[in-house]
Amino acid sequence: MAVSEAPLAANDSLRARAREFLERRHRLHPGEIVPWLLIAAVLFVFPDRTTFGTQVLIAIMFALSLDLILGYAGIVTLGHAAFFGIGAYTVAILSARLGWGEPISMLLAAALLAGLAGLVSGWFLLRYSGLTLLMLTLATAVLLQEFGNYRSDITGGYDGVPGMTIWPILGWFENDLYGRNYYVFTAIVLLVVFYIVRRIIHSPFGQALIGIRENVRRMHAIGSPVHRRLVTAYTIAAAIAGVAGALFAESTAYTTLGVFDFDNSAKVMVMLILGGTGRLYGAFVGATIYMILEDEFSKAVPEYWQFGIGLVLVLAVLFARRGLLGLFEDAAASLRRSRS
Amino acid sequence: MLTVGGTVLPSFAAIVSILFDGLAYAMVLFTISVGLSITMGLMGFVNLAHGAFAMFGGYLVVTLTRSLGVPFLPSLVVAAVVIGALSVPFEKVLYSRLYRAGELDQVLLTIGLAFMAIATCTMIYGPAPVTVPLPSVLTGQIDIGVRTVPAYRAFVIVVGVALIAVLGFAFERTSIGAKIRAAVDNRRMAQSVGINVDRLFTLTFAVGSGLAAFGGGLAIQAFGLTPSFAILYLVFFLLIVSVGGLGSLKGTLVASILLGVFDVGGKYLTPEAGGFFIYALALVILLVKPAGLYGRE
Amino acid sequence: MTAALKVEKLNRSFGALKVARDIDLTLERGARRALIGPNGAGKTTLVNLITGALAPSSGRVLLQGEDVTRLSQAQRARRGLARTFQINQLFRGLPVLENILLAIGERTGACDGLWRPAGARGAVIDEAFGYLESLRLADDALKLVRELPYGRQRLVEIAIALAQQPRVLLLDEPAAGVPSSESHLILDVVDALDPDIAILIIEHDMDVVFRFARRITVLVAGAVFTEGTPDEIRANDEVRAVYLGEETHAAGAATEARHG
Repeated sequence: MAVSEAPLAANDSLRARAREFLERRHRLHPGEIVPWLLIAAVLFVFPDRTTFGTQVLIAIMFALSLDLILGYAGIVTLGHAAFFGIGAYTVAILSARLGWGEPISMLLAAALLAGLAGLVSGWFLLRYSGLTLLMLTLATAVLLQEFGNYRSDITGGYDGVPGMTIWPILGWFENDLYGRNYYVFTAIVLLVVFYIVRRIIHSPFGQALIGIRENVRRMHAIGSPVHRRLVTAYTIAAAIAGVAGALFAESTAYTTLGVFDFDNSAKVMVMLILGGTGRLYGAFVGATIYMILEDEFSKAVPEYWQFGIGLVLVLAVLFARRGLLGLFEDAAASLRRSRS
Repeated sequence: MLTVGGTVLPSFAAIVSILFDGLAYAMVLFTISVGLSITMGLMGFVNLAHGAFAMFGGYLVVTLTRSLGVPFLPSLVVAAVVIGALSVPFEKVLYSRLYRAGELDQVLLTIGLAFMAIATCTMIYGPAPVTVPLPSVLTGQIDIGVRTVPAYRAFVIVVGVALIAVLGFAFERTSIGAKIRAAVDNRRMAQSVGINVDRLFTLTFAVGSGLAAFGGGLAIQAFGLTPSFAILYLVFFLLIVSVGGLGSLKGTLVASILLGVFDVGGKYLTPEAGGFFIYALALVILLVKPAGLYGRE
Repeated sequence: MTAALKVEKLNRSFGALKVARDIDLTLERGARRALIGPNGAGKTTLVNLITGALAPSSGRVLLQGEDVTRLSQAQRARRGLARTFQINQLFRGLPVLENILLAIGERTGACDGLWRPAGARGAVIDEAFGYLESLRLADDALKLVRELPYGRQRLVEIAIALAQQPRVLLLDEPAAGVPSSESHLILDVVDALDPDIAILIIEHDMDVVFRFARRITVLVAGAVFTEGTPDEIRANDEVRAVYLGEETHAAGAATEARHG
C-alpha cells in the first residue's frame, strides 16, 4: 500500500533486488566446485577404488536423470530403469553382435535410442497421472524385460551378453585393471551431462516444469502446453539414463536383463530421496552415500541391508522428506536464526 | 495337432487345461488383490506393501502347520484373522498419516515397508522356497472327465468361487457393502450423509489384509513362497487392480481371470514369449481405459 | 463488431443431471458483466465450460469470433482468455514474483527455451513489477505466496490473470474469503482494470455487483434466467424472489417453461 506513494528510487531498488535474487540462483556458486574436487580427489586418495568410483558416478548420473522428471517436473514413475537398460543394451548389441565397440559413439547411440524410447512412451503415458501412470511405466519396463527374455538369442537373457569388446577411448585409453581411465572418462561425461541439466533447470522451461509440479491446474489456465513440456523433460531424462546405462555396460563389459529390474527403479528412487529431490546435488549426495553403504553392507549382511534400506525409506518419508540436503538446509537456517 | 498358418492350435484338452489352470491362478490372484482394489478405491492410497501382507500370511501358515501342527485349512483361516487384526494398528499408526500426501510419498513408504518385510522373512525363514504339508485329500489328481487335474487347483477354484459368492453378497446386499460402494463412488458425499468413512476404511483394510494373507497361504502350493514374493508378485496385483478398476469387486474378478488365463495360455502357446502377453494386454487396456475396465471416471 | 466472447447454446449434463442448459451469453469488448444466481446455479460450471476445463455436451464457445470449442484450456488461454479461481490456484511454494514470471513466460513463449537462464531479463522483470505495482504487491514480490495473508494471495491470483494480458477475463468471486477490511483493495483493482478487456465477474455481494456491472446475467438451475442492466435487474421481482428463496420452485418452473 505504501508503494504508490513511495519515490521512484524505492521501486528501482525493489526491482534491482528482485533481479539480484533471480540471478543469484543460476550463477555459479564457489561451493559448487566442491563435488568436482572431491570426484577428482578420489583418483589420488583412493586410487585402487576407481572401479567402484566409476559405478558411483554412473549412479549419480542415473539419479540426476530421475531428478529432472521426479524432483522438478513431479512425474512419479516406477519404470525409469527401462531407459538405463536400453542404453546398456545399445552398447551390448553394438559391441557384441554388430562388432562396433567405439565408446563415445556408443554413448551417443544410447542417448539417441533411449531418448527416442522416452519420447514415444512419454507421449502416450504422460497423458495420465497417479496410479495409472505408475502402472503404465512399470508395465513398460517389465514388458521390455520380458521382450528381452523372449529374444534372449540377441540379449543373452539373464545370463548376459558374451563377447562385448569395448575399444579403447579415443583409440588410446583402455579400460585397464585399475579402471582409472574409465573413471576419468565417466567423470567427464558426468560433467557434461550435469552442465546440460543445470542449464535446463535454470531456464524458463525448467521454471515451467517446477510450475507444473507445484500446480498443474494453474499451468493449464495460464496457457502452458503441459503435455509437451512433460514429454520434453521425459525424453531428455530418458536419454541421460540411457547414457548412464551405456557407461555401465562399457565399464563392466557385461550386461544382463537384470538392468530392467524393478529393483533398479526402486534403488535410484531411494538414492534421490536420500539426497533430496529437486536439488541438483541431491543426486550426488544420495547416490554416493547409498553406493558406499551398499558396498559395505549388502554382501556382508544382505538381510540387514535390505531391512535398513526399507527403514531409511520409511523414516525419510515420515521425518526427513526433503532428504539429507533438506536436513542440511534446515540446520543451516536454524543456525542463521540463532545467530541473529 | 491342428495347424493354421504354421501355428499349432491347441487341442480341446489343452484349452480345458488352460482354462482350468488359468482359473485356479486367477482365484489366488483375486483373493489377494481384492483387498487392494477396495482399499485403494476407498482411500486412494497407493499401497505397495500389500504383497507383504500376503507373504506374511503364507509364512504364518507355514509356521502354524510345520511348527505348531495345525492342519492346513484351519491355518489359512487363523492366518487371515491374525494378519487382518494386526493390520489395524498398522493402518492407524502409519498409513493414516499419508492419506493426504502425494503418490510419491505413499509409494516410497510402502516400498520401504515391503523391503523391511522381505528382509524379516529372509532372516526368519531363509531365502529358499518353503513348502506346506497338505492334507492328503488335496494332493493327487481328480478326474474331471476330459483330463485329470491336480486336486489342489480344483480346491483353489472351489474356495475362490465360494469367496466370490460371499463377497459379492456382502458387497451388493448388506448395508456395509452399500456404504463401501457409496464411499468409493464419492467419499465426500458419503461423509456428508453420515457414513463414517474412516472407520469403514479401517474395517475394509483389515478384511483386505486378512484376505491377502489367506491368498498368500493358498499361494504357497500354487506359486511357491520365497521372501521375494512380496515384490515379485506385486506387479501382478497392481496390474489386476488398475486393469480392473479401483474399488470394484467385479473389476478385480474380471481382471484376475483375464490375466490368469492369458498368462497361462500365453506361456502354453508360446513358451518363450509367455510372460510378454499379460503386460502388453494390460498396457493396451490401460491406454484405452485408464481408469480400468470397471473404474469410475 | 465481433464480440470478445460468445457462448452459443451451451449444454452440459452429468448423466441425468443437467448443469448447463442452452446457455447463450455475449460479452462485447470492454464489457463489465456480472454473473449472479443462487448457490448451485452453475456459475462456476459455466466458467469452466468457457475456459475449457470442462467439455460441453453441445454448444459453441467463440473467442473474438474464433470457434474454440474444441481447443484445450491452455490453447484458449493463449488466445487471450484468463480466469481466476474461486479457491486460489497459486504456486504457493514460489515467490510472488515467480508466479507472475511464469504467466508472462508462458504467454510470450519464453518457457519454450531450455538453455538461457530465466530471470536474467530486465524487461520481463519490469513488466512483472508493473502488474505487481498496480495491485500494491510490489513489496511482497520476493515473499513466498504461502507466507502472505489470504487477502493478498487473492490479489496474486488476479495479478497472474493480468500477466496473461487477456482480452477476456473471468473472475470467480474475487473477493471470496477475504476479510471485509481488505476486500475493498480487490474491488478497487477490479474497478481500475483496462477498459478494453471484457470482464465477467461471478459475485454474491450485491453492492459489488451493482457498483461494478453495466449488465447482469442471472443464472438459475443451469440456465439463463434473465439478463439486463442493473436497474432492470434491481426492479425485477422474480430475481428478488429467486434470491430470497421464496418461489424458487416457481422460478425454476418458469425457467423450465421458457426453455422447454
